[in-house]
Amino acid sequence: MPNAERSPQVALFVTCLVDMFRPEIGFASISLLQQAGCSVEVPERQTCCGQPAFNSGDRASTQDIARQTIEAFDGYEYVVGPSGSCIGMLHHYPELFEATDPWHARAQDLKARAFEISSFLVDVLQFRGIQSEFDGQISYHDSCAGLRELGIKTQPRALLSQVVGLQLSEMDESETCCGFGGTFCVKYPDISNRMVENKTANTAASGAGTLVGGDLGCLLNMAGKLKRQGHEIQTRHLVEILAGTCDLAAIGESEARKPTRATASPYDLAKQL
Amino acid sequence: MQITSPAFKQNARIALKDASLQKALGNLKAGFPVKRAQAVARLPEFDALRDEARDLKNHILENLDIYLEQFENKVVQQGGQVHWCRSSDDACKTILDICKQVDAKTVTKGKSMVSEEINLNDYLEKNGVTPVETDLGEYILQLRGDHPSHIIAPAIHLNLEDVSEAFHQHHHRPKSDDPAVLMREAREVLREQFVAADVGITGANFLVAETGSTLIVTNEGNGDLTQTLPKTHIVVTSIEKVVPTLEDMTLFLRLLARSATGQEFTVYNTLSSGPRRESDQDGPENFHVVLIDNGRSDMLGGELQDMLRCIRCSACMNHCPVYGAVGGHSYGWVYPGPMGSVLTPQMVGIDKAALLPNASTFCGKCESVCPVRIPLPKLMRHWREREFEQHLSPRAVRYGIGGWAFFAKRPRLYRLLSQASNLALRLLGGKKGLIHRLPLGAGWTDGRDMPAPSGKTFMQQWQAKQQAQQKQQQSPQEQQS
Repeated sequence: MPNAERSPQVALFVTCLVDMFRPEIGFASISLLQQAGCSVEVPERQTCCGQPAFNSGDRASTQDIARQTIEAFDGYEYVVGPSGSCIGMLHHYPELFEATDPWHARAQDLKARAFEISSFLVDVLQFRGIQSEFDGQISYHDSCAGLRELGIKTQPRALLSQVVGLQLSEMDESETCCGFGGTFCVKYPDISNRMVENKTANTAASGAGTLVGGDLGCLLNMAGKLKRQGHEIQTRHLVEILAGTCDLAAIGESEARKPTRATASPYDLAKQL
Repeated sequence: MQITSPAFKQNARIALKDASLQKALGNLKAGFPVKRAQAVARLPEFDALRDEARDLKNHILENLDIYLEQFENKVVQQGGQVHWCRSSDDACKTILDICKQVDAKTVTKGKSMVSEEINLNDYLEKNGVTPVETDLGEYILQLRGDHPSHIIAPAIHLNLEDVSEAFHQHHHRPKSDDPAVLMREAREVLREQFVAADVGITGANFLVAETGSTLIVTNEGNGDLTQTLPKTHIVVTSIEKVVPTLEDMTLFLRLLARSATGQEFTVYNTLSSGPRRESDQDGPENFHVVLIDNGRSDMLGGELQDMLRCIRCSACMNHCPVYGAVGGHSYGWVYPGPMGSVLTPQMVGIDKAALLPNASTFCGKCESVCPVRIPLPKLMRHWREREFEQHLSPRAVRYGIGGWAFFAKRPRLYRLLSQASNLALRLLGGKKGLIHRLPLGAGWTDGRDMPAPSGKTFMQQWQAKQQAQQKQQQSPQEQQS
């Protein structure tokens, strides 16, 4: 490879939800990182960032999982993931260990190398080469952990602005929590449900046909509510739009029942038949 | 006040269905946060002031004994008295004693959350002293036998119709829906009470060590009448409210008004420095400060110390989506919202209040608006850790997290678990790719669908691709050899 020395070495942090629910996000992430000139690996020993244990007060398990994650990503120049929440969790690792504990320094080291993907592309690589088209209006939900723990607000919008044909229609309260909150949504389902109702109402009012965000937890929650309410709005992860993989079924939809676009021409319909 | 924090979930469920409450909460959301944002935008140095306030509060908390003693000495020099009270009971007894000394029948009260915290009204009433709330919101609540649901807008859970009905029943005047008429009515009724009261009780927003002054801020002026008209003025307050100097106080005042209501300054900022002097035109003959600990000193030097920086502005609850959905009463005790979810377990016990620090998505909005930068999510997590350590968490959570963590520490097993769950969810999703009803996951699927996995796990697909690539690379070599 010609520029092997200079190409950033990235370990992809897949995250549990992407691994289990939507592999497309993982592949779109790899594609984007490669477009930006990175060489990407997927360390096999990675599991979960440990956030469910951390937020449930199980500090001992969190420490064990943190140590295991630190080891899994040892030696990589960068650790990049398609989630502000999970990368935000890696940034919490130093506070799990006493300053004198050797693991504290290793946690600090991981924190310095760990980036949410839009922030990595924009802040670290200053990447401006998005090659994607999207015909329509989207609205962007700012997921809490990315927004408030990692300062991710302008980066996804800077990347989306490079997508040909895409129009951004901001919703009211785009920075308000969707009510997912990890285990919160099952521990306090009534409250969570009310919060996601507010979110889908704001999404619908924005007029956008696609809801986009950077964290799959929030997206599963919002997509689930939009579907239950019978909205036609599609839900997608940011990297799917940026990598141009929107020909795949959206979140909560399947190839089998992909809705026929109202704008489809008779010729398109004929092809489908 | 009865603690209903253990019933938080039921309280919340009822609150979510209460149309009148939901209407009132809608007004809150459209009010305070918008005004705060505008006020902050007008003050470019706002964030720098927050840093300064955080640092100053930390300094005060590290030297709390020194500043409190300085404050006490000044109060005594000016002819006042300071009563140190460890618990709510101590404080209530002390206040009743003072009332008895002056043979008080009625006391007027300015708004004070500390007096709610020690349940003062009930105690006074049981012992033959009638308290009269003079803050309009508190007055409405007293008429209704209700409690505050918010720390600066105590009656925020009510609508105009509720107020109109309460006034009609208790004032025996024609019913009116005009806020101006209702306001005038309250003023007329309360004016008589101000004049008749034997004792005036107020809280304090700040205690100034260098001058021995207490300060209250109000937008109604009721605090001034409460503390200047009766012969005896009792200030009920807590130890973390002391600040070194008047100038320091102004730093907090600038932050407080903007964070709370979006005002640049609260309308009335009233200092009390001891009893009336000969040259004074008015003021009380006796001046008492009841200084309450009630668990606060236990927070010093520990993980919760940051919470003692709180200046009770209410920004955290005004911006909290959970508070905005369920209102203050759901929290089941005096302090609601994020700040209450940290304070309540300390004051009533984590065994009773564990549901509160769990009732947060950790969205971090509260911390982002806190004028003294209290890391509220971190402090709520502190309580979740205490809950977990003390085996107070529900069994499903303990075993669920424990079992899941067992796998998360073992990458190969975790892979198998992910694959199995992925397959099960895909089967449940069927051709539609959408799960309407999830066994053991009713919490999710009662209100929304769950998108099913779109295919095999990422790791399965990734490994298959890697293997296919390797085969492709190997086959030409094999042909060559």
